[in-house]
Amino acid sequence: MIGAEHPPVATVAGLTLRYGKVTALDNVTLDVPAGMMVGLIGPDGVGKSSLLSLLAGARVIQEGRVAVLGGDMRDAGHRGRVCPRIAYMPQGLGKNLYPTLSVEENLDFFGSLFGHDNVERARRITDLLAATGMSPFRNRPAAKLSGGMKQKLGLCCALIHDPDFLILDEPTTGVDPLSRRQFWDLIDRIRKDRPGMSVITATAYMEEAARFDWLVAMNAGEVLAIGTTAELLGRTGAADLDAAFIALLPEDDRGDDVAVVIPPREGGDSEIAIEAEGLTQRFGDFTAVDNVRFRISKGEIFGFLGSNGCGKTTTMKMLTGLLEPTEGTAKLFGHEVDARDMAVRRRVGFMSQAFSLYSELTVFQNLELHAKLFAMDPEMIPARVQEMITRFDLEDVTDTLPEALPLGIRQRLSLAVAMIHGPEILILDEPTSGVDPVARNGFWRILAELSRKDGVTIFVSTHFMNEAEWCDRISLMHAGKVLVSDTAEAITKSKGCATLEDAFVAYLQEAIDDTAPEPAPEPATVPASSGTAPARHNETGGYSLRRLISYSRLESLQLQRDPIRLAMALIGSVLLMIVIGFGINMDVEDLTFAVLDHDQTTASRDYVQDIAGSRYFIEKAPLTSYEDIDARMRAGDISLAIEIPPGFAADVARGRSVEIGAWFDGANPSLANTVQGYIQGMHGDWITRKMREAYGDRASTADFQLVIRYRYNPDVKSIVAMAPAVIPMLLLMIPAILTTLSVAREKELGSIINFYVTPVTRLEFLLGKQLPYIGLAMVNFFLMMALAVFFFGVPFTGSFAGLTVAALIYVTASTALGFLVSVFISSQVAALFATALLTMIPAVSYSGLIDPVSSLQGFGRLIGEIYPTTWFVTAARGAFSKAFGFAEMLGPMLAMGLAVPVILALAATFLKKQAG
Amino acid sequence: MDLKNVWNLGTKELRGLARDWIMLILIAYSFSLSVWTSANSRPDALSKAAISIVDEDQSQLSSRITSAFYPPYFVPPNLITAAEVDRRMDAGLDTFALDIPPDFERDVLAGKSPEIQLSVDATRMSQAFTGGGYVSQIVSSEVSEYVAGHRTQTALPVGLALRARYNPALDPSWFGAISSVIQSITMLSLILTGAALIREKEHGTVEHLLVMPVTATEIMLSKIWSMGFVVLLGSAFSLMVVVQTLMAVPVQGSVPLFLGGAVLMMFAMTSLGIFMATVAGTMPQFALLMMLVLLPLQVLSGAMTPRESMPEIIQFIMLAAPNTHFIILSQAILFRGAGFDVVWPQFLALAVIGGALFWLALQRFRAFLK
Repeated sequence: MIGAEHPPVATVAGLTLRYGKVTALDNVTLDVPAGMMVGLIGPDGVGKSSLLSLLAGARVIQEGRVAVLGGDMRDAGHRGRVCPRIAYMPQGLGKNLYPTLSVEENLDFFGSLFGHDNVERARRITDLLAATGMSPFRNRPAAKLSGGMKQKLGLCCALIHDPDFLILDEPTTGVDPLSRRQFWDLIDRIRKDRPGMSVITATAYMEEAARFDWLVAMNAGEVLAIGTTAELLGRTGAADLDAAFIALLPEDDRGDDVAVVIPPREGGDSEIAIEAEGLTQRFGDFTAVDNVRFRISKGEIFGFLGSNGCGKTTTMKMLTGLLEPTEGTAKLFGHEVDARDMAVRRRVGFMSQAFSLYSELTVFQNLELHAKLFAMDPEMIPARVQEMITRFDLEDVTDTLPEALPLGIRQRLSLAVAMIHGPEILILDEPTSGVDPVARNGFWRILAELSRKDGVTIFVSTHFMNEAEWCDRISLMHAGKVLVSDTAEAITKSKGCATLEDAFVAYLQEAIDDTAPEPAPEPATVPASSGTAPARHNETGGYSLRRLISYSRLESLQLQRDPIRLAMALIGSVLLMIVIGFGINMDVEDLTFAVLDHDQTTASRDYVQDIAGSRYFIEKAPLTSYEDIDARMRAGDISLAIEIPPGFAADVARGRSVEIGAWFDGANPSLANTVQGYIQGMHGDWITRKMREAYGDRASTADFQLVIRYRYNPDVKSIVAMAPAVIPMLLLMIPAILTTLSVAREKELGSIINFYVTPVTRLEFLLGKQLPYIGLAMVNFFLMMALAVFFFGVPFTGSFAGLTVAALIYVTASTALGFLVSVFISSQVAALFATALLTMIPAVSYSGLIDPVSSLQGFGRLIGEIYPTTWFVTAARGAFSKAFGFAEMLGPMLAMGLAVPVILALAATFLKKQAG
Repeated sequence: MDLKNVWNLGTKELRGLARDWIMLILIAYSFSLSVWTSANSRPDALSKAAISIVDEDQSQLSSRITSAFYPPYFVPPNLITAAEVDRRMDAGLDTFALDIPPDFERDVLAGKSPEIQLSVDATRMSQAFTGGGYVSQIVSSEVSEYVAGHRTQTALPVGLALRARYNPALDPSWFGAISSVIQSITMLSLILTGAALIREKEHGTVEHLLVMPVTATEIMLSKIWSMGFVVLLGSAFSLMVVVQTLMAVPVQGSVPLFLGGAVLMMFAMTSLGIFMATVAGTMPQFALLMMLVLLPLQVLSGAMTPRESMPEIIQFIMLAAPNTHFIILSQAILFRGAGFDVVWPQFLALAVIGGALFWLALQRFRAFLK
């Protein structure tokens, strides 16, 4: 088949990939023919995605050889040259899209990465949107698109640069049949216009794969078979690809696979188990479920089909009482569903779409917890849990954590959990998504048994047509409405179609034509056909300001749409500065004290007056006894008690020795030290005054006078000292956290893949992301300066222009530091705390905030000398308090200016351009 | 409401926590090592302060003074000229500069009471304060030793007997240790519940819970009691084993009374944690939000500096924060041995604030589940 007319677009030899102990690809050797539509089939977790990401150059090659478009993909230079010719769409709905950006903004971003100018980009975007029928949604955020539209947008983003090799990883998983069909039609049209383009697609839908030119069947990291559909069918003698695939599996993996046969139901019209009448759910203007009605009798298996976001899950939530219907009623066993009625919930078992077991509990503990929550008789629980374990074949895994189990077994466990309390109705939301055909068959055999043997009514949603055919009746849902409800056979016949899928597509098409005036795709305007793309594939190497700016724009748009990060970026530093300014205040004032005056003379009142008159103390009602001192100090009413002994005035006058007692609250020692100091000082002043009154000036002469000049801050006010220290700290911590997060977010959410597979260089990526944060940090700088000078009244004596330039250099360094941290961390939460700690420890300890760097030694001294905070603290203190002009700040500016390229270079060096 | 559900769901939370290594390490660290380190670090103490001396006297007395500055309080002084003082201080190289004038020794002995000048860089606030006192003490004692016997002093025989109550030696580790326990209680009760809710949301298990016969109130209460219980155990351990036994810090009042207050505090903070988790939705957002909320709560509540020194408006606003009342009651009980008769207003305030926060969180939580 692969002749001279089809030289391979990619060749893979001896390729092995391991994630820790798990082997994802095991010595794979494969030639991918060019100019063809190649399908990669096999269940989840067999290495399909790993293989595709290696072909795209998104992942580092561990062992073996991968050559794509005539060059070795280990060679970074080759990757750089061919990446504009490859387009890669990773798995997951809209995984590489930016959810808060609109359709157009997403496309614009991808276009600008490939160096198209504005006019060219606008033309291509218009063409692509028209071709995919997405034009009416160009301003809708990607997060709000349906699954099918997300995938179309993903495809548009991949196609915007006319790739020669298109790599699609399960592009239609979770997408409704019509969108799926439109998607493949779109690909077909593009291939017609560009016959040279090679496409490789991984898919879980065998009926889709049957249409491809050439197939690669994979299992357990190995290639099972290659060839056309006909060849594979011929080799196995199977009727369809599903069966062929199972036949290709090694004996052990096939299990006891026999075709699922569901016996017909007995006693047709028994009692009604589920009934919906005019069921409607609105969220604001949006109608999620619109006037839905159906009746399901006891023991029936009722299938629910429709695209993601068409209202299936919402309907299920209303049936289970999770959501109150806006209009209409849902009845279970003839009783209206009431969210507050716990009794109904006990008769229903629900398995939600997301895998929803407690990953921190073992299989046994999960079953036990659910049994308890359904308030089963404690004596019955052990037996029931055992029964479920036996019935669902979970004996070997009772003490295992669910996360360690293969998906198929986890789904069985979920079903066991949903069945633990013996419900009469089971509601299953896409229970077999992502499960391989063998496990799916096993799952359905259990469902059949539950329905036919135990008479459980089953309400199940699915994307798989063969599953739909196993149901007694099915409903097709679209945009909140049920289009049709009948047996699979009747539905197929009603449209005169050969298959159920064709019938559904016909129904969907009809519904869309009726309701939305969505313009039909215009086949003539597939972008590449225009042939006016001379700019393509240039600007691939070197340095591009346009790509840098497109990352800046992307970052600013995302930030604008994330209220919490934006709040942190805009008001975080101002809020924290106010807090610190007021809270960490060493000026102790307005402390409370009271006097136990046994003397009650002018002299004693004179003594007290000195204390009461100071700004440090406020006098409270006099004390009456020692017990009173105890009680009031214990209650925190006073922090100082003064006792003046009887006969104080007389004794002082006669020069007899007397002693004044002062008790103060020592609970907070640093505060107590200050109080002690104040009291001693005031006592000393009083004595000096009295001495002078008695003996004249000479009496008060000391050996020497220590004159303390508090320079730069003569009133010794905390805030004056604090402001020039706090501003550097906040300008370090917050911008660094934000830049770390911006990279860690991309890593965690998966959009980092765009950096891996597009021509963006490391420096463009970093600098592009950095620019908006530098801007924000400067806004913060001005806000904090205003706060310090106008609100806190800190005198500013130096050059404002000088400090502004210094701040600009400093925040460039601090944002770069954030990148340096982010390179080593991939979780956002870890990034947050690591950055806070790693930036603040050197700033607090080694940057001259407390002691000058000159007095440090060893490692601390070294850090202090090179850390940018040291130099900005010097500049800030100089500008605020020491009347520094521009010239005096040149030294610190130079020192910080040297740090910037060093930090950025380090970050760029360690930043990986491939997944690892 | 079914208490059995609250119990079962709570034990589930505890089992989940038992497998979360990072949280366990954080809890263990907050209640042991962190308490120990914050007791033993003394941010106010002077250590290796940078000082320069201008010795214009070059006498026996001046060299005595110079040699009296040595580590650990000071670095060995730099000897500089008067002209260098300004430049060095501007560049931030010295925190202190002591200028001993010419003929200082002669003037002292002659009883002329000469001036000696100390320049302090008051932009280094805490150093400036404590250091100024140390310098003046050191110079005084050197001078008075030197002139001892030469002159007699006249003095007014009025003494001042200063006695510090509750911590007679003013040992800063007592305050540091107990403040750290209080801080850990605040932080952990917020983080643990918030993280527990977000974990459930991220795993999609919250929705799953709701189709079972459990209510939102039960889910919330289960998180509150389980996480509160962990924090309570941790704080009791920390207070009785780490603080009282290992560090031998005397606690004046009743530990059970304090723990009673802590229970109310946890009720309020865990509710706040749930509230914040519903606002944030994801772990990173929660962490950012926490930075913006936790720091103001802790700094402005009076845990670090006395409330009285803050502007009235801040004092007033902070009355709405549970921390403020918890700080007041714990300082009263633990440091001053106050009984319930003294701290009941704080208990009442905490109960009211906790109730309000619980109600608010429950409303948001219900909306969040929709």
